[in-house]
Amino acid sequence: MERIKSLAELEELRKSILAQRDPHKRCVTICSGSACHASASQRVAESIEEEITRQGLGAELEVRRTGCHGFCERGPIVVLHPEGICYLQVKPEDAPEIISAVKENKVLDRMLYTDYATGGKIAHEAEIPFYKNQQRVLFGANSNIDPKSIDDYLAIGGYAALAKVLFQMTPEEVVQEIKKSNLRGRGGAGFPTGVKWEGSRNAPGDIRYVIVNADEGDPGAYMDRSLLEGNPHSVLEGLTIGAYAIGAHEGYIYVRQEYPLAVENVGIAIKQAEEYGFLGENILGSGFDFAVKVHRGAGAFVCGESSALMTALEGKAGEPRPKYIRSNVKGLWERPTVLNNVETWANVPLIINKGADWFTQFGTERSKGTKIFSLVGKIANTGLVEVPMGITLRDIVYKIGGGIPGGKKFKAVQTGGPSGGCLPEALLDLEVGYDELTRAGSMMGSGGMIVMDEDTCMVDIARYFLNFLADESCGKCVPCREGIRQMLKILTNITEGNGKEGDIELLQELCEVAKEASLCALGTSAPNPVLSTLKYFRDEYEAHIKEKRCPALSCKGLIAYYIDPDKCQACMICARNCPSEAIIGGRNRIHVIDQERCTKCGTCLEVCPGRFGAVRKISGEPVPPPLPEEKRTIVRKAKEVGVS
Amino acid sequence: MDSERIDQIIDKYQGEASSLIQILLEIQSENRWLPKEALMRVSEKLQVPMTRVQHIATFYKAFSTVPKGRHEVHVCVGTACHVRGARRVLDKVQEVTGIQPGETDSDLRFSLETVNCLGCCALGPVVEIDGKAHGKMSPSETAHVLNGYE
Amino acid sequence: MSKILLNIDGRDVEAKEGATILQAAQSAGIGIPTLCHHEKLEPYGACRLCTVEAETRGTTRLVAACLYPVEQKLVVRTRSEKVDRIRKMILELLLCHAPNSRELQALADEYGADKGRFEKEASFCVNCGLCVRYCAEVKKKNAVGFVGRGARREISFVPEIAARECKTCKECFPLCPTEALQAAYVLADALSCFSPSSALGLKG
Repeated sequence: MERIKSLAELEELRKSILAQRDPHKRCVTICSGSACHASASQRVAESIEEEITRQGLGAELEVRRTGCHGFCERGPIVVLHPEGICYLQVKPEDAPEIISAVKENKVLDRMLYTDYATGGKIAHEAEIPFYKNQQRVLFGANSNIDPKSIDDYLAIGGYAALAKVLFQMTPEEVVQEIKKSNLRGRGGAGFPTGVKWEGSRNAPGDIRYVIVNADEGDPGAYMDRSLLEGNPHSVLEGLTIGAYAIGAHEGYIYVRQEYPLAVENVGIAIKQAEEYGFLGENILGSGFDFAVKVHRGAGAFVCGESSALMTALEGKAGEPRPKYIRSNVKGLWERPTVLNNVETWANVPLIINKGADWFTQFGTERSKGTKIFSLVGKIANTGLVEVPMGITLRDIVYKIGGGIPGGKKFKAVQTGGPSGGCLPEALLDLEVGYDELTRAGSMMGSGGMIVMDEDTCMVDIARYFLNFLADESCGKCVPCREGIRQMLKILTNITEGNGKEGDIELLQELCEVAKEASLCALGTSAPNPVLSTLKYFRDEYEAHIKEKRCPALSCKGLIAYYIDPDKCQACMICARNCPSEAIIGGRNRIHVIDQERCTKCGTCLEVCPGRFGAVRKISGEPVPPPLPEEKRTIVRKAKEVGVS
Repeated sequence: MDSERIDQIIDKYQGEASSLIQILLEIQSENRWLPKEALMRVSEKLQVPMTRVQHIATFYKAFSTVPKGRHEVHVCVGTACHVRGARRVLDKVQEVTGIQPGETDSDLRFSLETVNCLGCCALGPVVEIDGKAHGKMSPSETAHVLNGYE
Repeated sequence: MSKILLNIDGRDVEAKEGATILQAAQSAGIGIPTLCHHEKLEPYGACRLCTVEAETRGTTRLVAACLYPVEQKLVVRTRSEKVDRIRKMILELLLCHAPNSRELQALADEYGADKGRFEKEASFCVNCGLCVRYCAEVKKKNAVGFVGRGARREISFVPEIAARECKTCKECFPLCPTEALQAAYVLADALSCFSPSSALGLKG
C-alpha cells in the first residue's frame, strides 16, 4: 500500500473502494463490542460464517463484525443490511435458521424486538423505540463498520474532514470553527473545547501535545470504550485535526489497561493510518507531521484527571498537579497540551464535515450537540444511548430506556459517576445539559447514567461512592485523603445501624473542607454523592440514624428476614437452600428463621415460590416473636376446600 | 523472571524513564507479579530512583508485589452491578475462596480483586475469571463456577 | 521581571512576577500557617493549611498560597470565617494521627481545633512529604519514598540505600512534624530486615 500523497489520490482511493462494494449486496453484521463478547457474540459470528460457507452463499452474503451497537441488554445483535432487519439475543445455534431465512427473504419473528405495550413485533432496527428516539450521529457508524478495517471507514466518508482541514483551512480557521460549534468537553467538566485549543495555540513554546483521555474510570460508564473499540479511526482523525489546529506533532492515547480490545483496535488503526499516510510524516502530502503513541493506564481512577494523566504519561505515580496555570499552557512536560476525551475528539470530524452551524442545531443554548450516555442499572433497556442535549431525563429513562423492570418504582437517576449526584423523580423533566445538571446538584460527567429503584438505599449509594473514592484517592492532600476517610467511616456506621445524632452535620462539615480545599477535582467533587443524597433523600439518612430503619430494606445491618406464618406453606424450599441452616421447619410445620444464625443473604426470599410470597424483610421494628412450637402445624389452605 | 528478559523489555522502550509504567505492565503481565529484584533492575537500568519505582508499583492496581494465584477472579462492583446485587456475589466469592479482595489464597489457586465496571452492565452482576466474563451471576451460581477451577 | 502589586489583608504588597502568595505574604511580614512547606524544597501543596481567599476580576476562589502565583490587583484574605473553618478541620483531621505534634498543637490552639474530634488513627504519619522531598531534592539520595495510594499512603525507607546513607545523616528527622517519631520508626523497621541491632546506628 503506497502512502496517499494528495487530496486527489485520497478521493481516487475512496472511489475505488466504493466501486468494489455493491450497496445492494446483503450484509450480515454482528455486534462484537466487549459487552456482546461476554455474551458469546464471537461464537455467534463464527457459526454464522460457517453456515454461510456451508450453504454456499459466500458470494451473495457478506459478514461484518462491527463495534458496539448500543442495545447491550439484548445482545448479541445481528442486523441484516440493507433491509435493516434486527435480530436480538442471537445464539450460535440460531445461525442455520437465520441464514436460511435470509436466503428465502423471510423474517424470523421469534428473534425480533417485542413492543411490551402492544405485544407487536418490530423488524426494522430504525423503528425500535430504543433506537428511534436517539440521535445517533456519532455512534451510528459503529453498526456499519468493522473497526479493524480502515477501508470500511473510508467507505463511509472517513478522513474527508482531515483532508479538508489540511488543504482548505488554516489552523486558526479550524480553531474558530470548533469554537463556533460550542463543543464542550465530553469527559466531565464540559470546558469549551475551542477555547482550550485556542489557549494552547497561543501559548509560548514550540513543542505541543495532544492527548486522548481514554481512561474512562467512572464505574458504569463504557461509552468511550465502545467508541474506541468500534470506530477508532474517528478518534484518530479528530486527534490529527486537533494537532494541526494547535501545532502539535506528537499525540498520545491514554487507554486504561482494563480495555484490552480497545487497546488492540486502536493499535491496529494507528498502523493502518500510518500505512495509508493519515499519520506520520507529510500526511497526505500536506507537509504536516504527526505521530501517535498508545500508553496504557495501570489501574488508577485518579489518572482520568487530566493533570494526573499527564504525570502518569511522564512515568510517575498519577498524583494531580495544581491547575493554577492551565495545562493547555503548561501541561505534559510543562508544555502546552490539549487533553480531550474520546467522545470530544470523535465529534471533531463531524463538525468539520457538516459545519458548526449543523452541530448547533442540536442541544440547549449552552450545551450543543449530542451526548452518549451509558444507561444502566434498574432499567429495562440497558445500553449506550446517544441523545441530543436538552432531552429530558424522563424521555431517556422511559422512551428509550423502557422504564423500570419488575414493576418497581423509579427512585433516582445518578449521573456524573463518583463526582456526580443523584436526582429524584421530581427532577425527571430536567433538560439534560452541563449547567442544568450542575445546578441540580449533579454533573454531566463522562456520561454514566445509573437508574435506581425503590429497592436502592440512597445512603448506601453515598457510602458506595465514597468507598470507591477512598480507594482511588491519590492520598496527597489532606482534605481528600483524610476527609473521605472520615466520611466513609460515618456512612458505614450509619448503614450498619450505628449512626448517631450529629453525624449528618459532621458529614456536611467534612464535605465543605473537601469541596473547597482539595488539590484536584477528585477531592472537590467527592462530596457530591453525599450532598445530593442529603439534599433529596435526607429522610432516608434520618430513618437510618434515628429509627435504625432502612426504608429501601437494603442495609444488611438494619434488616431482618421474616417468614409470615399466615403465608408459609411449609414447602421446605427455603430451609433446604439456606446456606446457614437458619430455618427451622419441616413438613406441615410453619418455618421459622433463627435470627441468630441468619446472615441476611436473601436466598429464602429469592426461592420462596411466588404464589406463597411468605418471606419478607423487616426494618426499624422488632421481628415478631416466632409462634410457639405447638402452634406451627400447617392447615393446608388449598386442600381445605375439599376434593370432590 | 531472569534479568535478561527484563532487560529485553526495557530495551524495547529504548530505556526511556517515561516508559516506566509500560515496562512494569509488561513484566507484570509475563511474570504475574513484580518481585523486588525486578524493581531494582528496572531502577538501575532506567536510572530512576528506587523510591519512584516503589511508589508506582504500589500506587497502581494493575501491579502486584506478591505472587498471584493461578486463577484471577474479578468481581465487578461498578455502580450498575452494585445496584443489581454485586455485594452478595462478592460475599459468596469470599466465602468459597476464603480470601478478601487484594489477597491470594495460600495454595496460590485464586487471587481476588474487585473491579469497577467491565462495561458489561447489561449482564450485571458480572464475575470475570481468567479474563472470561460470566454474566447474570447469582451467589449460588458463582460458587458452582468457582468450584470448577483447580 | 515586572513588579506585581497585590493586596493582602488590606495591605498593598509588592512582589516579583512568578512569586507565590505565600512568598509575597512572608516578605511583607504577614503570616500564613503551613505544614508541608519548607524554604529549601519545591512547594508541595498537600497539607492545604495555607488555603486563603483570592479574589480576581470579581470572583473569589480558595487557593493554596504556597503555589498560587501572584497577579496584578489580586486581593488576598488570609483569614475569614470560611478559611478558619477549613484550617480547623484540617488540623482536626491531622491531629487524630499525631495528637502530640508540636506544630499541630500550636495551630490547634489558634484555630480552636479539638484533637479528640476523630478517633485516633493507627499511623502517626501526616503525609507531609518533608522527609521524602528533602532526601530527594536536597540530599539527592532517595532513601525514603512514598508507597501506596489514598488512605494507605505512607512512607517507606529503601533498606539497601538507608543502610548506606542514613546512619550518618538523619537530617530528615527534625523536619518531621510528628516529632521524628514516624521517620525514625519507619527507618528502624526497614533496617531491621538486615539485623535488629543495625537499626539507628547501634552496634552491629
